This record gives sequence, C-alpha cells and structure tokens, in this order.
Amino acid sequence: MNLVDKQVIQNKMSKRLVKNQFMNKLFFSATAFGIVVLIVLLYRVLSEGIGHLDWGFLTNFASRFPEEAGIKAAIVGSLWLMAVTAPVSLLLGIGTAIYLEEYASRNKFTRFIQMNISNLAGVPSIVFGLLGLTVFVRLLEMGRSIMAGGLTMSLLILPIIVVSSQEAIRAIPKNQYEASFAMGATKWQTVRRVVLPAAIPGILTGGILALSRAIGETAPLLMIGALSFIAYLPENVWSGFTVLPIQIFNWTGRPQEEFHLVASTGIIVLLVILLFMNSIAVIIRNKFSKRF
Amino acid sequence: MAVNVKDMMKKNKSNRLLLRFSEKAAPTIFLLCAIISVLTTIGITLTLLMETITFFNRVSFIDFITGTKWWPFGENPSFGILPLISGTLSITVIAMAVAIPIGLASAVYLSEFASPHIRKIVKPILEILAGIPTIVYGFFALTFVTPMLQNVIPSLPVFNALSPGIVVGVMIIPMIASLSEDAMSSVPNDMREGALAMGSTRLEVALKVVVPAALSGIIASFVLGISRAIGETMIVAVAAGATPKLSLDVTESIQTMTGYIVQVTLGDASYGSTTYYSIYAVGMTLFVFTLLMNLLSQYISRRFKEEY
Repeated sequence: MNLVDKQVIQNKMSKRLVKNQFMNKLFFSATAFGIVVLIVLLYRVLSEGIGHLDWGFLTNFASRFPEEAGIKAAIVGSLWLMAVTAPVSLLLGIGTAIYLEEYASRNKFTRFIQMNISNLAGVPSIVFGLLGLTVFVRLLEMGRSIMAGGLTMSLLILPIIVVSSQEAIRAIPKNQYEASFAMGATKWQTVRRVVLPAAIPGILTGGILALSRAIGETAPLLMIGALSFIAYLPENVWSGFTVLPIQIFNWTGRPQEEFHLVASTGIIVLLVILLFMNSIAVIIRNKFSKRF
Repeated sequence: MAVNVKDMMKKNKSNRLLLRFSEKAAPTIFLLCAIISVLTTIGITLTLLMETITFFNRVSFIDFITGTKWWPFGENPSFGILPLISGTLSITVIAMAVAIPIGLASAVYLSEFASPHIRKIVKPILEILAGIPTIVYGFFALTFVTPMLQNVIPSLPVFNALSPGIVVGVMIIPMIASLSEDAMSSVPNDMREGALAMGSTRLEVALKVVVPAALSGIIASFVLGISRAIGETMIVAVAAGATPKLSLDVTESIQTMTGYIVQVTLGDASYGSTTYYSIYAVGMTLFVFTLLMNLLSQYISRRFKEEY
C-alpha cells in the first residue's frame, strides 16, 4: 500500500522550492547592489581623478585654474582640526564612558544621561553646526577658527566614542575586577591599572572610526564658516581654515567640468586617508584586543 | 637585595594622601565629562529656541507653518516652511523607496541565506559603504546618477529631487541592512529549526518566522533610516538645487530644510537679519522632526520587542 503519493508531494513542493530559489537569487542581487554601487563609485572617482593626482596637487594651494589647483591647505587644515578634535573628544568620551560604566549608580539621572547620548547620536550634523556657529563662533567669540570647528566636531562624534568605549569596558569580565579588589586595590586604581589597559584597544578602535567620520564631515564646518579658498597655512588654532570635504564641495559646486575632475582627485586623497585610518583601527582590533 | 619594609610603609603612607584625593576626585571628574553631553543637548535646544523666538517676533508662527511660499531673499520676503518640508519629504520618500526594499532584502539574505564565508566578505563591504563621506555621495549624485537618469528622462534638469533621493537611499542601505540583520540574528535558532523540521523552505522560514519575530527591530531601523534621510545635508545641497517648491514632482529642482540652511550660510545673509534667524527656525523644525523619529524608533524597539 502506498500511503504517500510521491507525485502529489513533488508537485506541491516543486513550486515552493522554485520560489525559494528565485527569492534567494533576488535577495542576493539586492545585496550585490550595494557592492556594485561601491565599485562603480570607486571606479568613477579613480578613473576621473587619478590623472590629476601628482605631487603638485598635494603641495599647491587652491587656484582659479583647475590645472594648478591643489589641496595643501585642506590637508593641513584637516590635520589641525584633528589635533583639536581627537584629544577633546577622546578625553570627554572615555571619561563619560568610565563614569557611566564604573561609577554611576543605576538611577534616573544615569538613565537620563544614557538616553541623552543615544539621542545626540541621531541629531543631524547640520544642527551641531548651528550650535557651533552660535555658541563657539559668536557667543564665545572664537571666530571662524580651527578651535571653533574642532570643538563642534568633538561634540558631534562624542556620542559615538562614548558608546564604543562603553562597549569596550563592558566586555571586561568581572573576575578581572574581583582579582584587583582582592589584592587591595581601590576603585580608581582598578579603573586605571586594570580596566583601562584592557579596554584601550576597543576604545581606540571606536575612537579612530569616530575620527574618520569627523574627517569626512562637511555640513557643520560649512556652518562654522570654514573658508573654501585659503592660500595660506593656519598658524595656530585661532586661524581660519579649510578642510578636505569643504574643498571638494567647493570644486563640485563649480560649473566647469575640469573642476569636477579636480574634485575627484580630492576625493581620492580623502578616501585614501579614510582607508588608512580604518586599517589602523582594524589592526588595533585584531592585534591588541584581548580575549578573556 | 634587601628590601626595607619600613621604608616601603613610610612611602606608602606619604602616598596615601594623594591616593585618597584621586580616589575622591576621579568620580567627580568623570561625572563632569558625562555632564558635557547633557550640556550639549541643552546648548542645542537653547540656541535653537532663543534664535527661533527672535525669528517668530518678526514672522508670525502661523504664517511659518502654514505658508506655501518660501522666498527669504529680496524684498517682501515670505517665510512659509511647507515648500521646504515638501522638498525634504520627496527626498525622504524616494530614499526610503530605495533603501527599505534593498536594505531589508540584503538583511534577509545575510541573516538567512548567505554562507558564513559570503557574510564575511559582504559585511565589511557594507561597512565601507557606510563610512563613505556624504560629500562623496553628493559628488556621485551630481556627476554620475543625474547624467545617467538624463539618459532615461531627457527632460530632467541638472538639479532635481530624484537623483539625490536615490543616492540618499543608497547611503542608508547599509544602516538598514546591518540593523535589521542584527534584529534577525537575535531570533533564536530553535524557531528556525522548528519551522524547517515542519518542512518549510528557507524562504518560508525567513518571511513567516524570522521577519515577524524581528519586526520591532526591523521597523525601528526603518524609522532611524527616515531620520537620517531627513537630516542628510551634503547630498541634497550638491545635487537637489535651491528652488523651494511646494510640489511632489520629483523631476524638478527642489530645496530641503538642510539645503536651505547650507544656502544661507554660504551666502551673505547679514548677522541679525530675518533671513539669518530663519535658519534657526528651519533648524528647529529639522531637530524636532529627527528627534521625534529617533524617539519613535526607540519606543518601537522597546515596546514591541519579543522576548524569547
């Protein structure tokens, strides 16, 4: 006796299996779409911009003539900006993370700070620009300076650094603390000698990724009033400045086709810097992160 | 080597004062760091509020939220924000039309179909895509996507809503993909295995078991994506043009709220003029919109979370 009619099952099954196969391919193509876009984008930028990329481009100031236009002021400006943003945002971010993870008691105030940070992460960057323009540039009379831009950027990436540092600290197992306390160490000694050394690779990885976001960010600095045509190098943190993305924005906005090619070259430089920072982050993550 | 224990104890004692001080000071210093973030929020709210109030002393609030004409320059300026909102809305709708299907499909693929090997290759690529600065996307929209669209729609002007909308969508894909994938990965394997054991295909497991179970996280990622699209600045500033228009025709040049703020800062609206204060009113509107979206996203993922 044949309890199961194989033919019927096969008929019913095959439709579902075909559908399964088809949707599998469809989902795969959706995933591939993102990859294709990335390849097209990189190919376009490289093929247009590589011709202009030479030593002169890196060492010339901006110019009215596309062939002479260079990116020196922007590169130096971005470095100056990082020199302000990195220490301020890292110190504040790590401090906040240590407070929230190690010292804060679980009360309403702590929850408020935590919620506040996650909401700050969702505020559009241009709103941070408005804050910087009003508070740093006008109220504190810093002018359109590197200091004003750097502080604005620090506040912008602060939530990212706090969250990633918190995760790094939380990943340290409890027995590390207990061992330290058992040896008679105080809270602060434990934080300084056990927690921080163990968490520093994770903190640095998150910090570098946050800084690479700051290097690519344009809108807040446009608000601060970073200039796009600068033919001098900044002397100190109170100088006016320009940065890579703003220089690229300026070239993109010009009607002449040649400047679009120059913009591509600028994008190559920016992407190379980002790639460099990201690889450092990956190396730190892979090499120094401890597994407990 | 002989260690003099007495000396060590003495040294320890003299260190103790410093130790006790740093022990007390450390939490206070860290608390101050934490308060900076709260101050930032207060600072944003206060600056926006103060300058917006100045603006509303000159322009009536009702005109602002119901006016259909945004013409801030020249004589007889008119400040009705609806055209800017409609511009922002068109960009957001186009972006989400691109980002939601592709992002969700990528998430389903990565979480339910892909082998670990493929996942290992694809996820870093999506991360790279997420890390590309928005100005680069803006350049891409203006110099590649717009000309490409012009091949299809010959009448398309250089500045339009369609091209930046699509590119904003592309920018958001990695975010929706990775957040939705996180939500799906946290669905326990027993549920998948149960469904598979009942004879489901992988597709049926994905669509009828995993996606419904992870729905709160998925929807939350959509809402966050909308918030990102509303606040996106550089892509629209580069490729969408600067003509505030109350229309839903995506082939026209439009202006978003963010685009307007950039336009004013680039131009020479003198400090103290009504045009200058208008960027704060627009910024306030933008801030309120994105804040509501973020809160909604948090609410959804907390309220409708299914626990297993």
